[in-house]
Order: sequence, then structure tokens, then C-alpha cells
Amino acid sequence: MKSLAELKAIRDKVQGQVGLRSEAEAGTRVVVGMATCGIASGARPVLNALSEAVQEKKLDNVAVVQTGCIGLCQYEPIVEVIEQGKEKVTYIKMTPEKAMEVVNRHLIGGHVVTEYTIQSALK
Amino acid sequence: MYRSHVLVCGGTGCTSSGSQQIQDLLKAEIEKAGLSKEVSVVQTGCHGLCALGPIMIVYPEGTFYSMVKPEYIPEIVQEHLLKGRVVKKYVYEETIDNDEIKPLVETAFYKKQHRIALRNCGVINPENIDEYIGTRGYEALGKVLTEMTPEQVIDTILASGLRGRGGAGFPTGKKWQLARNLVQDGGQKYVCCNADEGDPGAFMDRSVLEGDPHVVLEAMAIAGYAIGASQGYIYVRAEYPIAVERLTIAIGQAREYGLLGKNIFGTDFSFDIDLRLGAGAFVCGEETALMTSIEGNRGEPRPRPPFPAVKGLFARPTILNNVETWANIPQIILNGPEWFASMGTEKSKGTKVFALGGKINNTGLVEIPMGTTLREVIEEIGGGIPNGKKFKAAQTGGPSGGCIPVEHFDVPIDYDNLIAIGSMMGSGGLIVMDEDNCMVDIAKFFLQFTVDESCGKCTPCRIGTKRLLEMLEKVTDGKATLEDLDKMEELCNYIKANALCGLGQTAPNPVLSTLRYFRDEYVAHVVDKKCPAGVCKSLLTYTIDPETCIGCGMCAKGCPADAISRTDYVAPGHKLASMSIDPAKCVKCGACMGTCKFKAISKK
Repeated sequence: MKSLAELKAIRDKVQGQVGLRSEAEAGTRVVVGMATCGIASGARPVLNALSEAVQEKKLDNVAVVQTGCIGLCQYEPIVEVIEQGKEKVTYIKMTPEKAMEVVNRHLIGGHVVTEYTIQSALK
Repeated sequence: MYRSHVLVCGGTGCTSSGSQQIQDLLKAEIEKAGLSKEVSVVQTGCHGLCALGPIMIVYPEGTFYSMVKPEYIPEIVQEHLLKGRVVKKYVYEETIDNDEIKPLVETAFYKKQHRIALRNCGVINPENIDEYIGTRGYEALGKVLTEMTPEQVIDTILASGLRGRGGAGFPTGKKWQLARNLVQDGGQKYVCCNADEGDPGAFMDRSVLEGDPHVVLEAMAIAGYAIGASQGYIYVRAEYPIAVERLTIAIGQAREYGLLGKNIFGTDFSFDIDLRLGAGAFVCGEETALMTSIEGNRGEPRPRPPFPAVKGLFARPTILNNVETWANIPQIILNGPEWFASMGTEKSKGTKVFALGGKINNTGLVEIPMGTTLREVIEEIGGGIPNGKKFKAAQTGGPSGGCIPVEHFDVPIDYDNLIAIGSMMGSGGLIVMDEDNCMVDIAKFFLQFTVDESCGKCTPCRIGTKRLLEMLEKVTDGKATLEDLDKMEELCNYIKANALCGLGQTAPNPVLSTLRYFRDEYVAHVVDKKCPAGVCKSLLTYTIDPETCIGCGMCAKGCPADAISRTDYVAPGHKLASMSIDPAKCVKCGACMGTCKFKAISKK
């Protein structure tokens, strides 16, 4: 290593990963239903895609966590986005591709991706 | 990239309670569940709550599993890691609040702590330099080499108010300044790290080395730049095998990355570090003895002045700082001296790490801002005294320190306050004593340690401490007079004034401070021939109450000295004759008390 730039390159690569271990309360929680119903309908690739995207884009304020059965098995894989002081948003029938859209448009852009929410399915 | 990290503590405390097995099992189970690409197992350093080891933390949730047993692992992997359901029955109970899991930082143990020196302990994998760099590691070294002059570095450390964490509390910046300015002949200078931690019950240096070895390397390189040295030595005890191993790995990785060696960051600054293993002599923690030992000679202190900053290792200017002091340096450079000086009290800035031990619920490692009171440390962070016993005193500073009695419970802890109440900061051991501890016995314990560890070079320490110990034994044997107590005090003051090195000069402190605060206990031993806490064997008599004894004879079976026999007396309502102890034969081992189910045996 001969320059600060090289040090910074390593830091940037690792920072997101180590940031996963932050004890500070994350402002936004992204919860993936990972019960048998969720896993069977493909929640794991969704969870992994979300987790990777959040680390890669260094969204320090966002924690991607799992939960058990939410109770809407027919809509799995389900992803809930809980932001402080806002109403919970429930996305249904997620895929890794849809999840990426949620990351870009909702978590980064700040706009709910209405077409994937449970409300739009119930209409 | 992993979605979840499982941190398993690999510090000495958790390793001895079986964390390596937990880690191996965890990896196997994760593999079996097909999660190896999603969940990573990370071995970290000490997390502080050693009493609850082995410790395991699952991120991003931050779920804290304590006292993990191998048989828990399959369930935790299947339920938590695969399905996302926290296995609450294995979670540290303090983190469960109304069935909800709260973050670790909000528990009583962590809430009042402020982690600077221990910032990475229990968070990063100490054997992976990338993780250290990921938490802004080596950035301070880069900043110093590319943006600051050596004088600016020294000014920054001076302005921060950092004082040596090894015990004496000498201003660190001042030490560096002297080493830079006093000898300017362009010759070799040295930077040393004192990792010869020897106080009974102290383990903060070990934990930093095990949990975050790179911080010490980075800080030493910064000091090398500041004083103009190109070589550093870490003097670490050979009894710390995990610390030695991780330091060796860390030095290798830092050299590979070019963070140690020639022309660091492309500048003309070169610096390298070597390890020197100590064989465990307590005196080698004293700076001049430590340097003599690095030179390859028998570890004995020499008179100061000349101070190491003028004539230290190999007769060249040397600075020597304690592990914890080093661990503060990179943070001060990165966050600025004002940040550091904003914490603590007027003359003691920043934080201090303490190793809590003795009669306390949360045995372990804590880092608190200077100025926190003893009450907060013991009652809140430490979780109080076990079994509802009463607090008697806290011992700080190991064999060089003294006891703090209950009346000073609310004194803010800092260097000067502790000196004022007859103790000292020391390296940070904090041993809590309750009503069952005899203060004379405690003083005897520490003095026995000093007698064993005295290097023998100077007479006040070699002979003085031995005589002092003999006088203490006279007290605990009930053979001393009140005049002896005065003589003891006189001898203490003589040793203090005349011993060659810091260890000898502070050796009488445990006696002086117990005499000052617990003279009544000494007097009870001398005048009443009684040990109020029931510890000193020679002053105890075991007796069996004939009215309570049912005559089962269990005590006689357990007695190693055959001192218990049956009497002729049958108490009203009992079928068998009661037992009694022959004081002439009794060796006061207490075995009978343990076997009696009827609480018929008492000691006084």
C-alpha cells in the first residue's frame, strides 16, 4: 500500500459489512417474512438481495432483518418497511428484482412503490 | 456479502468457557442448513461480560445469546438464522423487556459505558486487518503522515489531556515532547508498548490486544513519527498466548500491506515493530525493568533520572506507554483533542477501562468516562453484590493501590481523587469486597504477592516487605500488640520513602489504606483476638450447638482431623447424642459446616 487512496478503497469495501454490526438503532427496518411459507415461496433470495443492496449502497440507517410468519401466507414473500414516524408499508409477492426496485425507489428515493403493496392487490 | 453476521467471542474468558467449540459447531450447523453463503461466523475479542460467556451476538438484529451451550446451536441455527425467530429462552435476560428484545446498549451493563479504547473489541475480527480498516483503522496514521508535522501530533496529544493508563497518570503528550526534544543528535529512538500486565485480577490490556491488536500498532507508528523513532517493541507476557498470536498475525498483515516497514504511505517515514515476550515477572511492568529485560538482561529496575525519554532502551531516548493509552491515540487524532477533552473531569480526560472482579454480579470489562462514581460502577454497571451481601470496600490499583471504603462510594473516579483517598488508579483492576472479606487478610494477600515478586535489588523492598508481611501474619495469628500496628505504619512509610522503583514505593499501600479505613478490624484482631469477618483461621473456633445437633454424625465422617466425637448429651426431642469438636485437634478447615444440614455448627 503506497497511498491513502488504497487504504480508502479497502475501507469502502469493508465498511458496509462491518456496519451491519452497529448497535445504534436503525431508523428504518426492512423485515422479511422467513417462516416456512415465506421460504417455500422464495423469501431467501429476496432477503439476500435486500441485505446485499443495503450493504453495497451503504444505507447505514437501514437494517434488514427476518421475522416469522406474518399470517398472510398466500401473499408471501412479504417484505415490510418500517420507518420511524411513518405508517408501515407491506410489499407482497416479492422477487429479488422487485426488491431492488424497493431499495432504489423507496429506501433511497423515499417514494413507496405502490404497485407492489398489499393495498394495491386488495383493490 | 453476508446478510447476517454471528459474532462469537474469542477472548480468553470465553475461550476458557468453551467458545471455540461453539464456533466450530456453529459453522457446521450453518453449512448443514445451507446458509454458508448468507451467514458469516466472526470470531471477535472480548465483549466485556465475561461472567456470561460464551457470548454470541447475531447481527443485524443485535440478539445477545449468553452462556451458550453446544446443544443450543442446532436450534438457534434452524430457528433464528434460517427462519428468523429469535430463540428467546437462550437470550441474555437483561435484554428482554416485556417480551420485546431491546438493544444491548440499553442494558444496565452497557448503558453508562463509553467505549473508546474498547471500541472494536467484540465488534471486529482481530485477525483480519481489513475489518480494522473498515472501522477507520490506519486512517489516523495516514492523516498524521500526510497532513501533520510531528510537533502538531504532539500538540494534539497534549491538548487532549490524555494521561498514562498504566497507573501513574503521567501526561502522554508531555512524555512524547520530552523524547522528541531532549536529545537531538539524529540517532535512533525507540517506542515501546508495555503489555506486561501483572496486577492480580486485571485484564484490560489483554483484552485490547486480543480484540483489537492493530490499534496498538497504528498508535505506536504515530508516536514513532512524532518523536522520530523507526523501531518499536511490544513487551507482552508469554502467559497471554492468544494475545501473542493475534499480535504476531497483526504485525504480519500490517507489514504485508506496507503499513509497517519502509516508506509508509509513500512518505519517507519508516517504522517497524517487534515483539518481546516477558516471562511473567511482575517487576518487568516497571518501565526501567521492562527496558532492561528487552535488552536481554535480568529484569531489574534502575534509578531515575535519567528518565527513559533521555536515556532509555539501549541508552537511547525511548517512550513507553501502556496498551490502553495506545488504544486512545488514533481516535484522538481522528476526532480531535477537543472531542477527547470533552469527556471526563478537569484533570483526567477521556475514559478508563476497569476489570471488575471479586464479589460482584457482572464480572468483566467496562469502560467508563472519568468522573463516574464507584456507586454507579458497582451498583448499576456491575449489577451489585451477589447474595444480598453488604458492600465493604473496593480495591483499585492492585498491589500498588488501596481500598476504598463505603463512605467514598460517591467520589468521582479520576487519578487525583483516588490518590487523595489513599488508593490509586493503577492499571484498572477493581476488586469488590463484601462483609465476608477480612481487610487484614486482603492486605496480607497483596503483600504476599509483592514479597513473591520483589526483584530483590533494593533492601527496603526485599527485606522491608518481608518484615511487613511477618507483622501482618502476627496480626492474623492474634499475637500482635497495638504497638505493632504503629511499628507497621512506620515501616510502611520507610519503604515508601526509600524503595528504588515504583513497585517498592507503592507496595505498602494496601496495608496503609486498610489501616486508615479499617483500623477497627486490626484492633479486633489484636485486642479481642477475633476476626470480625470470620476469615483468619487462627482466631476462629468452630462449635456445635448441642441443642440443634441431631447427632447424625455426618460432620465426624467429613472431618479430616478426627476432631469430632459424640458426647453423652441427648437434647430434648432428639434420639441421638449430640456431637462436639475438640478445639485442640480442629484444623479449622470448615468441612463440617458444609456437611451439616441442620445449621448446628457455627464459627466465631
